[in-house]
Amino acid sequence: MSTNTTTRRLTMAQAISEATAQEMARDPRVFVMGEDVGKYGGIFSATTGLLDQFGPERVMDTPISETGFMGAALGAAAEGLRPISELMFVDFFGVCFDQIYNHIAKNHYMSGGACRYPLVITTGIGGGYNDAAQHSQCLYSIFAHVPGLKVVVPSNAYDAKGLMTTAIRDDNPVVFLYHKGIMGLSWMSYFEGSTNEVPEEQYTIPFGQARVVREGSDVTIVTLSQMVQKSVLAADRLAAEGISAEVLDLRTLVPLDRAAVLKSVQRTGRLLVADEDYLSFGLSGEIAALVAENLDTLRLKAPVRRLAVPDVPIPFSRPLEQFAIPQVDNIVASVRGLMTFKLD
Amino acid sequence: MEATAEQLRWMYEKMIEIRDYEETMSRVYLEAKLPPKIQKGLAFDIGAGPVPGEMHLAAGQEPVAVGVCAHLRRDDTVVGAHRPHHFAIAKDVDLNAMTAEMFGKATGLGRGKGGHMHLFDPAVKFSCSGIVGAGAPQACGAALAAKKLGTDAVAIAFFGEGAANQGAFHEALNLAALWRLPVVFVVEDNKYGISVEKSASTAIASNADRAVAYGMPGVLVERNDALAVFTAAGEAVARARRGDGPTLIEVKTDRYFGHFQGDPETYRPKGEAKELRQHDPIPALGAVLRARGLLDDAADAALRARVSGRVQAAYDFGRNSPYPEPQDALLHVFAE
Repeated sequence: MSTNTTTRRLTMAQAISEATAQEMARDPRVFVMGEDVGKYGGIFSATTGLLDQFGPERVMDTPISETGFMGAALGAAAEGLRPISELMFVDFFGVCFDQIYNHIAKNHYMSGGACRYPLVITTGIGGGYNDAAQHSQCLYSIFAHVPGLKVVVPSNAYDAKGLMTTAIRDDNPVVFLYHKGIMGLSWMSYFEGSTNEVPEEQYTIPFGQARVVREGSDVTIVTLSQMVQKSVLAADRLAAEGISAEVLDLRTLVPLDRAAVLKSVQRTGRLLVADEDYLSFGLSGEIAALVAENLDTLRLKAPVRRLAVPDVPIPFSRPLEQFAIPQVDNIVASVRGLMTFKLD
Repeated sequence: MEATAEQLRWMYEKMIEIRDYEETMSRVYLEAKLPPKIQKGLAFDIGAGPVPGEMHLAAGQEPVAVGVCAHLRRDDTVVGAHRPHHFAIAKDVDLNAMTAEMFGKATGLGRGKGGHMHLFDPAVKFSCSGIVGAGAPQACGAALAAKKLGTDAVAIAFFGEGAANQGAFHEALNLAALWRLPVVFVVEDNKYGISVEKSASTAIASNADRAVAYGMPGVLVERNDALAVFTAAGEAVARARRGDGPTLIEVKTDRYFGHFQGDPETYRPKGEAKELRQHDPIPALGAVLRARGLLDDAADAALRARVSGRVQAAYDFGRNSPYPEPQDALLHVFAE
């Protein structure tokens, strides 16, 4: 980023809609569709202002008909357009997953590379505001599990704008998952670290490049999305205790920056995965497996630890939900625990 | 709408080509799948032979494909279903590459990655899907693109009567009518969803009646007849092309083979398929051509020989093409 660039503090929601608007202005093939993306501007404000700027032909409110419009996004992408299709809550993937995992993800492969489907699925993820089990999940691991989808999970406004621009320009299907609790909404408390300085001009951030949010030498916290902000707060507290935690923001799951994870763990010798998705068979296991498969290149000073939702649906009641979703306290405690080991 | 001589000849030749293709496949498919060449105790081995996997043939359903595609241009989109050969042939999909795909060869449409239910030929805007009902929303997307790009191209979604009970069908119809999309939904009612009769799966007799719920015309074609389909589709395609929105057509058609090859067809009255073949739509269209002076015995024989040569060449191409390198399984997950 050059020094004479004009920047402003933007929320992640503003950054996403700005990236979309700038790309729509640059490329007439780009259009947005989804539930309440027009006048409402997106339930989580990811499309605010787009209708006024581009009109209803390019910012299309859809019926509550996710199979219909996800399939239509695929069909339009096959014809050379570049749809951005919003799935309001990721939890709603169940009503349209056939279009996503059987078609959007696989058609390029099944065509032997002959057909391309440049489209972006944007979707809101995450809990922490008592919306219960059908409106609070993360589920990015499910999308990452299916071959053929790129999976982007930003933690802050600057990254969100650059990654969204990259997503729209990518010739592959990209699932772009934004955590509601870092969008900077005026009606939901959020982690302020997610609102940051964002250049006015367009820029791209390549997929598959994790970011060291905070350098450290004792332990690596591999994380993403809202949990990055929690991990930074935890790292502050740990620093006061003399523990130096490195926070690594994966930013994209597909492609996954495996080298960055290994490089950091090689240095620190300790790994905590801080994740808001379900514990079993998901991201945290994938990162742990990566380290296990590379034990010939690194020496662990403690067993790998995973923090994630302990395989329960997200509960409604505040104390229940706060228990189920890993919090700053849990990250601090887990790192402290890691520091007590002495492996030879 | 009267079919021109050229359209009549085209439909007739395409129907013969489809029939020849499917009859040939019914034989080739069985190669090396039956005792004694297979594992002891098996009656049939689906994964054996030069064309492995499932195989859904469309012999008998030719009128649907040719009656609709006679109205289409190269830049119109067709989305087919799990029984796709007749649509692909009628949309002029490359016959050699399509056949090679079914043999799992590197020269196939999808370099051997798709197989017979997943044929993609972007040159003629053809695709299909093995998931029942999934193509209808995708055709809406193609139609939406045509509208946005300001062309007068149309999109056709073909699927069976079983698909009309999927949510995707109803969502697609609503979207198409709501957005006035240039799309035509064509239901092939071949009476069975695999083994289940339509009367046991569908609350009403004609899916065409469902169109009224979405504010679009619904047309029932009651005969498995190319010209009857041609007439209904002609109006629907013209309506879509001039920007007046979607149409739903249901065609009562006949499936001569089982749901898939190897289907014991115990759900069917004995002799039903044989009886259906007594009403073969190909000689019926041939008689129309003859009555118009467009066909005689010599021309018919010449045409059949030409088609047969083309089909045989495609099978030879598929059979003789090389397999992909095994590690090519890792390619084409993402576009570069």
